Amino acid sequence: MTKRNIVVTALLAGFYLLVQLLAAKRVLLPYDLQILGLICINIMLAVSLNLINGFTGQFSIGHAGFFGIGAYASAYLTVVHDVPFLIALCAGAVFAAVIGIVIGLPALRLQGDYLAIATLGFGEIIRVVILNIPQVGGARGFSGISRATSFGHTYLFMILTVLIIKNFISSYHGRACIAVREDELASETLGINTTFYKVSAFTLGAFFAGLAGGLFSHYMGYINPAANQIGFLKSIDILIMVVLGGLGSITGSIGAAIFLTLIPELLRGLAEYRMIVYPIILILIMLFRPAGLLGGKELSWDALSRFYQRFAGKRQKQRVTGDGSE
Amino acid sequence: MAANELLRISTLSVSFGGLKAISNVDMTVYEGELVGLIGPNGAGKTTLFNALTGLCRPTSGEIVFSGKNLSKKSAHYISRQGITRTFQNIRLFKSLSALDNLRIACHQNMSYTFLGGILKTKNASRQEEEAEKQAWAMLEIMGLSQYAHERSVNLSYGNQRKLEIARALVTKPRLLLLDEPAAGMNPAETQELLHLIRSLRSDFGVTIILIEHDMNLVMNLCERIFVLDYGVLIAEGSVEEIRSNEQVIQAYLGADV
Ligand SMILES: Nc1ncnc2c1ncn2[C@@H]1O[C@H](COP(=O)(O)OP(=O)(O)O)[C@@H](O)[C@H]1O
Ligand SMILES: [Mg+2]
Repeated sequence: MTKRNIVVTALLAGFYLLVQLLAAKRVLLPYDLQILGLICINIMLAVSLNLINGFTGQFSIGHAGFFGIGAYASAYLTVVHDVPFLIALCAGAVFAAVIGIVIGLPALRLQGDYLAIATLGFGEIIRVVILNIPQVGGARGFSGISRATSFGHTYLFMILTVLIIKNFISSYHGRACIAVREDELASETLGINTTFYKVSAFTLGAFFAGLAGGLFSHYMGYINPAANQIGFLKSIDILIMVVLGGLGSITGSIGAAIFLTLIPELLRGLAEYRMIVYPIILILIMLFRPAGLLGGKELSWDALSRFYQRFAGKRQKQRVTGDGSE
Repeated sequence: MAANELLRISTLSVSFGGLKAISNVDMTVYEGELVGLIGPNGAGKTTLFNALTGLCRPTSGEIVFSGKNLSKKSAHYISRQGITRTFQNIRLFKSLSALDNLRIACHQNMSYTFLGGILKTKNASRQEEEAEKQAWAMLEIMGLSQYAHERSVNLSYGNQRKLEIARALVTKPRLLLLDEPAAGMNPAETQELLHLIRSLRSDFGVTIILIEHDMNLVMNLCERIFVLDYGVLIAEGSVEEIRSNEQVIQAYLGADV
């Protein structure tokens, strides 16, 4: 392990211990803890969608469908078949990934708007199918799910998701995905099987959305097939996180997921104005940072120190030249 | 020349709807050759490259490369067999750095699995280091090292052309197709390109087919020239033969040559 990895691990573990401590001291109430868990789940959703939309350039707006599959499939296994939670969780994610392949193979032949519409359609089909399965509660929703997910689970799986996707992106497979986004034809002439990488990214994204779904249904103990839970409204929520944070920026997605999960809570007091303030924030960001807050860049210690050096260097130069025209 | 046949195209046709962009073209290229492909605008030169690299399906005919029939194969498969190209309108990965453009092109030289990449195994790290080294070496050869971290779209036109050639070379091709590499270059850049293409063949042992409008460049570089007109191969031969071919003069070169 490098020095940096040790520091990062220590910080992540420290944060977890701090949360546990604050929870034990009742500084953080169960409700706060739940928000923290939801943040982790939303980070998983945003980062996994970013793999598809941001890095591979395949604009999908059906991500909540895979979230729903994971949520329902894992809950079905634990409730109806008494399957242990972690196994059910993984099975739900694998099931979402399989459906990801089945949907991805035909849908990813389409490009741009057509792909977006197709994924939106597939997402709704998934929701409607779930809505019509009586074994999982149909339109009433699926209740009586054991609350097996702890904050620790969401936190651990969130870290694993980010780490896996980050490492994938920096491998040659991830670079192939980025190449697909940049120029499909040129990629093919360099020996990159573009269809394979599109479907792979889509499948991997679906897997982690499914994982997030399983965590979610066992966190809340209840899930229902509403549009804002597993339908297009939820898909749009995830999409906004990705776009806001910046297509192709993992740290951007993390930041946006935190921000957008917290903001409805922070604005809760202003309940009536929430739906006004929320879009205004989005519009402002789209106006001033259309590529998202980070616009494809990553926030890292290196970037921060470079920024600091540039800033410090600028000040020094200003002192030498004696004016602020630089 | 040791007549070791590398590429054989027989009765190749490509149609777009009613338009026959290529009709019944026969062409043979030998290992180590540097051949020119000329013809007026719209003659079907780029379409021939597209067919050779699998970017468009031939309507009929055969493409045999180093003994393998590639007529119906996908573009990435063909690239892996050793044919790659540059584009008439440059197709670099615009928003990526020059170095990343080349690192992506190392794709076929790498083999570790998804899991290997996610776990960052020793093997994966070693291959990554190797790719990085290859990319830097190619930048060095092309004299582009100082732009390694520059977004490729910010390079000068001439350097973008060079970077695209570099990107193709990183795949270690046996046949390199250059589509109007001198288009838009100034005379100095063109002269530099001429030397570069010559050295490519000796340094990389790559066979080259060159589409070019700059007659001086073609006549200077190529041993053999093919002439397309309205999708039909109207002549092939040495520079001298092409210069004195009546049909070619009428179709393409004009009276002043
Ligand atoms: N994808 C395509 N669809 C329809 N027509 C095409 C396509 N590509 C090329 N053509 C037509 O085929 C002919 C040959 O084009 P091209 O190969 O680009 O010529 P050149 O490279 O010799 O200038 C032109 O008439 C062009 O309009
Ligand atoms: Mg052309």
